[in-house]
Amino acid sequence: MIEMTHIDGEDKGKVVLFALSTCGWCAKTKELLADLGVEHSYVYVDLLEPDEIEEALTEVERYNPSGSFPTLVINDSRVIIGFREQEIREALT
Amino acid sequence: MNDSVIGKEELLKRYEEVARDAVQGGYFLNPDTDFTKNLVRGLMVNEQRYGYPACPCRIASGKREQDLDIICPCDYRDPDLEEFGACYCALYVSGEITKGEKTVGPIPERRPPRSMRKSVSKESSAKGPLTVPLPVWRCRVCGYLCARESPPLVCPICKVAQDRFERFL
Repeated sequence: MIEMTHIDGEDKGKVVLFALSTCGWCAKTKELLADLGVEHSYVYVDLLEPDEIEEALTEVERYNPSGSFPTLVINDSRVIIGFREQEIREALT
Repeated sequence: MNDSVIGKEELLKRYEEVARDAVQGGYFLNPDTDFTKNLVRGLMVNEQRYGYPACPCRIASGKREQDLDIICPCDYRDPDLEEFGACYCALYVSGEITKGEKTVGPIPERRPPRSMRKSVSKESSAKGPLTVPLPVWRCRVCGYLCARESPPLVCPICKVAQDRFERFL
């Protein structure tokens, strides 16, 4: 299981963000989640160990076949790919 | 993975280099300098980590030959600028965006998914037999063509390395 960083906040369901530590859109998405104050978990896939990267990528590809970042997964079903601010706001408020 | 910290001056120096190269090549950097500097920092981090400036918004494999298409400037920059007014990271943007006439939105990933990715080969776009006195090489980043025994060490147009060339004819 990949270790995620948990951020406390308002419970809007299970919110998981797959991100890269170097990516500008990922940073914006992470900031937005913080601004919205929702409880969530995130992981910087690029900072994981090689075998964990593989595991995380396979997980991301299950929701987003292109394997791109940021990938936001809400309740294991709703997937928002990229920094789609409006869509994220609507899904989490 | 431990990344060493990138100093402010070092970052500024690199940012200015990237900005100068962009202008010289007829490109524009994103006018949001904080955002752009963070991307440049990402490039520098990746350079330390992998030995080449892989795209900060994509996951690199750490193997140069598998990541050639995403070494910045990536193979997808120009088609994304054309279609969306920005490269995937929005490090490079169109003139309209720098003038504030348009805004950058999310850009879909143009790079093929892992399962469909072919390794970039020097022969990849060369078709059928054609008799030419010298091989013709194409820069995958800017499209520059040259006829010579091997591609130049550095693309004279966009400055990318020799391994970004493919055999065209």
